[in-house]
Amino acid sequence: MTQVGIPRGLFYFYQYPLWKTFFNDLGAEVITSSPTSRKTIDHGIENTVDECCLPIKVYFGHVSELIEKQPDYILAPRLISTEMRSYICPKFMGVPDMIRANWPDCPPLIDITVDCSRDTRQLWRDIYRVGGLFNGSKKSILAAYEHGLREMKRMRVWTRQGYSPLEAIELWEKHGEAAAESPDSDICVGVLGHGYSLYDPAISLQLTDKLRQMGCKVVFLESCLREHLEEEAARLPKKMFWTLGRKIVGSALVMDKSPEIDGIVYLACFGCGPDSMVGDIVARKVRHKPFMLVTIDEHSGEGGLVTRLEAFCDMLRRKKVQGFESDLSPYGFHAHSH
Amino acid sequence: MKVTFPHMGFMHIPIKSLLEGLRREVVVPPPITEHTLALGIKHAPEFTCLPLKIGLGNYIEALQAGADTILMAGGWGPCRFGYYAQVQRDILQELGYDFQMVILEAPDSKVSQLIDQLKRLGENVSFLEAVQAIRFAWYKLAALEKAEEHYLYILPRTTEKDRAEQLWDQALLHIDQAQSRKIIDEFVSDAIGSWNRLEQHHEPVLRIGLVGEVYTVLEPYSNQYIARSLGRLNAEVTNSIRLTEWLNDHLFKGYLIKSRKPYITGCARPYLASSVGGHGLETVGTTVDFAHEGYDGVIQVGPLTCMPEIVAQTILIRVAKEEQIPCMTMYFDEHSGNAGIQTRLEAFTDMLRRRKAAPGNYRIFQQGGTNSAVFPRG
Repeated sequence: MTQVGIPRGLFYFYQYPLWKTFFNDLGAEVITSSPTSRKTIDHGIENTVDECCLPIKVYFGHVSELIEKQPDYILAPRLISTEMRSYICPKFMGVPDMIRANWPDCPPLIDITVDCSRDTRQLWRDIYRVGGLFNGSKKSILAAYEHGLREMKRMRVWTRQGYSPLEAIELWEKHGEAAAESPDSDICVGVLGHGYSLYDPAISLQLTDKLRQMGCKVVFLESCLREHLEEEAARLPKKMFWTLGRKIVGSALVMDKSPEIDGIVYLACFGCGPDSMVGDIVARKVRHKPFMLVTIDEHSGEGGLVTRLEAFCDMLRRKKVQGFESDLSPYGFHAHSH
Repeated sequence: MKVTFPHMGFMHIPIKSLLEGLRREVVVPPPITEHTLALGIKHAPEFTCLPLKIGLGNYIEALQAGADTILMAGGWGPCRFGYYAQVQRDILQELGYDFQMVILEAPDSKVSQLIDQLKRLGENVSFLEAVQAIRFAWYKLAALEKAEEHYLYILPRTTEKDRAEQLWDQALLHIDQAQSRKIIDEFVSDAIGSWNRLEQHHEPVLRIGLVGEVYTVLEPYSNQYIARSLGRLNAEVTNSIRLTEWLNDHLFKGYLIKSRKPYITGCARPYLASSVGGHGLETVGTTVDFAHEGYDGVIQVGPLTCMPEIVAQTILIRVAKEEQIPCMTMYFDEHSGNAGIQTRLEAFTDMLRRRKAAPGNYRIFQQGGTNSAVFPRG
């Protein structure tokens, strides 16, 4: 049976059900790399230039693990754009070329080009080209892809209910067995960031689990209503041309207005281009909720993060109980946010 | 309305001439200094790239000097540059400056749109006058590039390096003040004559291609005057980017001069099959081109965390090996210590010289993913 390897990084958190279903329906077996560990990160660091951001390094760690397993193909899409006039990130656009530059002898890459910035013709051409690798007929390829899209929607039902995409993927694979009860919570924190960093527990240093253990209910941008989010994002004077960045700004503004949310935490990656701009825009626009920006890289010291999160939660609780603490920052910058 | 704009190399000269042709009062920002950068660092988001910070410093200094309108280019991703103006405007407004920001977005297809945008900037300017203003500015720009090319050729070959640099600074000043094409021509040929009369040495001269992100290549302050440093090490620098070509490709969509872009894209194709935003594809393509032209080495420059250049850097490792051209990548941020850069440039040129003297003894190989091309004895 033909084996297709899907690295557990980057687009995995958004599109895994789509591609898994697509290849399974075409008669291929799908294997993934193991969940990100310190070893994955170390392999990634060895195989990328120093200046790459952590999610790219982690992705390369997963690719290196898959290469050792020698599947027939490795899925490494060139994600340029998933919707009209918007982009993902320059690094996503060069992923297949970067892999080939680093491992000249790697298994053949399925470098499907996803570019919907003008139209979807290129995407469909590539879908049929890839389907052809598995001797699928035009009809079966179309059916497999549409099935994949349906499965992706099924996973998104879970994310809309407040599960993180990682949990949703697990639920999707187990066909929706009920998840464990979430612990009691007295405050509610909105957590923002690029999904491939935020939802990978090894990259985000288990940010969401830590917050939950501290008694927070965690809200992700995936559970915000799409219409609300787009409406808020459209308030920017110039439309944001990064798809994920636009969603982050939109959901930050939704959370800013939502009475349920007590505070907002933004997880940024060191060296991430969009984060460097989006983080600042969000910090300026969030006017009614305490806001904290956490920047992470491959350093694994968790102590600093725990201290900051604890302090943030303490502050939210005190604010809630006393009800009169002002939003003034003690260090006098961005009185309304940081 | 007093118009200002960010610095980028000698771009202020043609832009000033253009805006004056459109009958606008112009405030050219003071030359970039440590103070400019300090202002930018203080107010810009910490992890944004260097051009945003220097640009912000330019605006603050120009607004303090009396400007009230900022002219800036826009763009539509995926590189950060397209959102610079938005972030910079928010910061300046929060600082309490009273100004208006005019953002020129690249036209979707028609050049007339661009001329319209520029015409709207002008005051009672006819279409014909607008076109004349553009053409004169373009002439100045082309003259500057011709002079610069000669300067970069002479600097590594002369023994009177200080004098060569003085002549270049003078040429910039003169062309800035010139009011007619005839005077520009005279200044350029004067400068070229003076450069040719400088005393020359007979040591071998290295040829190094400078590739990378547009701003860092074109703005000497942001690359710590790399062309001068290399010239003083008897290495001739060829800029992969010319402003005329860049404007032709990006703003005029290839109407004005024949574009090299298809050729460069073709050079890059075996290594990088898609644009990666910014200047990443061109970085790879021009490096391949420099290798074909027999250059001794290539230096890639960019601001720290520049996304397209990181993709290009990763791919250059393979290009270096397969095209057998030594490549070095240098990122610049707000740290201004020059000694480290000088040391790296000296080490790089030393290696290139040794390789040039005994080509058989050196080869380029790839060591893991993290090392750029290294080339000890094979």
